[in-house]
Amino acid sequence: MKKLSILLIFSFIIIACGSDDDNNTPTEVAVNLRFSQIFDELTVTSLNLSSTVYVNEMNQELTISRLRYLVSRLVLTNSNGDSFLLSPYHLVDLSNSETLNLNTNLTIPEGDYTLSFVYGFNEEDNQNGAYADLNAVSWNWPEMLGGGYHFLQMDGQYNINTEPAPFNFHNGTARVSEGVFEQNFVVFNLPNTLTVSENSTINIQMNIAEWFRNPNTWDLNVFNTPLMPNYEAQKLMQQNAASVFSASVE
Amino acid sequence: MFIKLTYCLLFSLLFISCSSSDNDKYVATPLELEVPEIFSQYLIAPVIPTNNPQTVEGVALGRKLFFDPILSGNGTQACADCHRPQNAFSDPRQFSLGIDGIAGFRNSMPLQNLAWNFNEKFNWDGSAPTLEDQIFEPVTNPIEMNNTWPQAEASLKNHSEYPQLFKEAFEGAPIDSVLVTKAIAQFLRTLISGNSRFDRYLLGENILTPQELNGINVFMSEDLGDCFHCHGNPFNPLWTDNTFHNNGLDEFFADLGLGNVTGDPRDNGKFKAPSLRNLLYTSPYMHDGRFETLDEVINHYSEGLVFSETIDPLMKAVAQGGVQLSEEDKADLKAFLLSLSDPGFINNPDFQNPN
Ligand code: HEC
Ligand code: HEC
Repeated sequence: MKKLSILLIFSFIIIACGSDDDNNTPTEVAVNLRFSQIFDELTVTSLNLSSTVYVNEMNQELTISRLRYLVSRLVLTNSNGDSFLLSPYHLVDLSNSETLNLNTNLTIPEGDYTLSFVYGFNEEDNQNGAYADLNAVSWNWPEMLGGGYHFLQMDGQYNINTEPAPFNFHNGTARVSEGVFEQNFVVFNLPNTLTVSENSTINIQMNIAEWFRNPNTWDLNVFNTPLMPNYEAQKLMQQNAASVFSASVE
Repeated sequence: MFIKLTYCLLFSLLFISCSSSDNDKYVATPLELEVPEIFSQYLIAPVIPTNNPQTVEGVALGRKLFFDPILSGNGTQACADCHRPQNAFSDPRQFSLGIDGIAGFRNSMPLQNLAWNFNEKFNWDGSAPTLEDQIFEPVTNPIEMNNTWPQAEASLKNHSEYPQLFKEAFEGAPIDSVLVTKAIAQFLRTLISGNSRFDRYLLGENILTPQELNGINVFMSEDLGDCFHCHGNPFNPLWTDNTFHNNGLDEFFADLGLGNVTGDPRDNGKFKAPSLRNLLYTSPYMHDGRFETLDEVINHYSEGLVFSETIDPLMKAVAQGGVQLSEEDKADLKAFLLSLSDPGFINNPDFQNPN
């Protein structure tokens, strides 16, 4: 008997869905995101981890062995002011190819959009332990530094051809002094138009070289590790974050 | 519209055909994992393969098999000989001996919270892709139980109790190696540890000593211990990141670890970052059991790091040999680590030898 009623409900849903099939709304298309990384003209993939040597603005030779970063509140907005939340947050891990693509399960009308997102979490979202999937991959930022989550982890070795030494370029909430914290996220409203149509993918690209030069030239001999409790380093990272991301449609 | 109606009909058909076969077929009794409050609060769901659901009968059978030497070549060794309950299911010997008295080359691993190994790479080097796969290996490994599966299956089939127990656990399917590994995996997934003093502190049910509190501070401070990047934190109460690192033990590798499995030289010398739960019971430490005490482990991170090409950059103070903790911070760090030990886990009556 119970099964029959479930069946009835099913049929109902199916019929209800069917009724607006013939309307003349603009074509709805799926939105897919891709996250790619470059070091200026060089593409950076997991194959390059711990092997390819990059040269930063200060001519320091470095390798990268781990790169993870968090973006949140990814939103597309069109000229009507309609906006679509693509994802509340997404953690990219260069060593895990699954995280480099995000199929949003969302369909939006074909057309022109601009993209906005937050690098890291904003103050409201950056809550201690609030996201089980991020906890499971130890993405947390220590409570004594303000808590919440990391925004970026880029680990590697610099002075790779002379005396290799590690750097841990980790970014999150900045600690001003004991118990006093400063927000450190960055809101991106990318100005360029993204024309979304059938089978298009939005490519969000990080140029890693920008972390080391714009506007602050980064000297790994001065700022290498530990940087998490270092207020100055945290704010310099936030300033340099402003130019690392761009987006295009492919 | 027409297509949708057909779907509808198809659906109904499915429902009707399902219900007709429901009648009095024996099914094993489903069993939920007892998920500690601290895990359900902060972590994603445990990994239970859809083709091996937990059942009361399956877990009971797996437990019996785990403690029974019947699976070994000469009937002298059980899984539990190298995975002892009182040692959080690890082995106090640096290297366990197989049935022929041959020593292995790695320290046995504790068996705890295995359903929360989200990456599902088991063993120190990640060589087993699932828990069930892992269990195939010790039975036939010549330096462990040195049996053949046909022989193990025959012993079980000729036994006075096992045929009935398998029938109840797996609804009549014939005894084979796959079912043996499934039953043991079900039992191993029940070996859950989430009730240490530190867990109760997190739940607000317990207070810690000032020493333990300073110890967690050392653990979580990037400019002190900086252990949390690999070994979890209060919001990742597994106390492992379930991944592989080179933590600066050796300049040259006698054992390539993950590199042996992936064939990628960038993985040489990387091993699973073990959970820090139940360290009170799991000495000796590291993949080769080289450290007898936690003091030696802490001294390693403080002064004993050695550079090699694949060393994790998180071993940041390698040029100085380590993070140079004060004697007081070392003692406090140790006190904190020990607060992650859970006597209720090793003494749980459901986890002891039923035979
Ligand atoms: C002779 C000692 C010995 C016996 C017997 C033995 N093991 Fe082990 N076990 C080990 C060692 C050593 C390791 C670590 C292996 C490695 O990393 O190469 C291990 C690893 C494991 C792991 C991986 C744990 C993890 O977290 O990745 C599981 C699971 C396991 N054993 C289950 C079993 C089961 C089930 C049996 C019985 C069928 C068994 N073992 C019999 C010594 C033994
Ligand atoms: C870069 C990641 C990393 C960091 C940071 C790290 N560890 Fe480890 N730890 C590991 C790995 C990997 C192993 C296993 C290594 C092996 O056996 O070859 C390990 C092993 C251990 C063990 C032995 C556990 C066992 O069951 O054998 C203890 C205890 C331990 N670490 C404590 C600490 C403490 C305390 C700190 C901070 C001072 C720390 N670790 C920092 C990765 C790390």
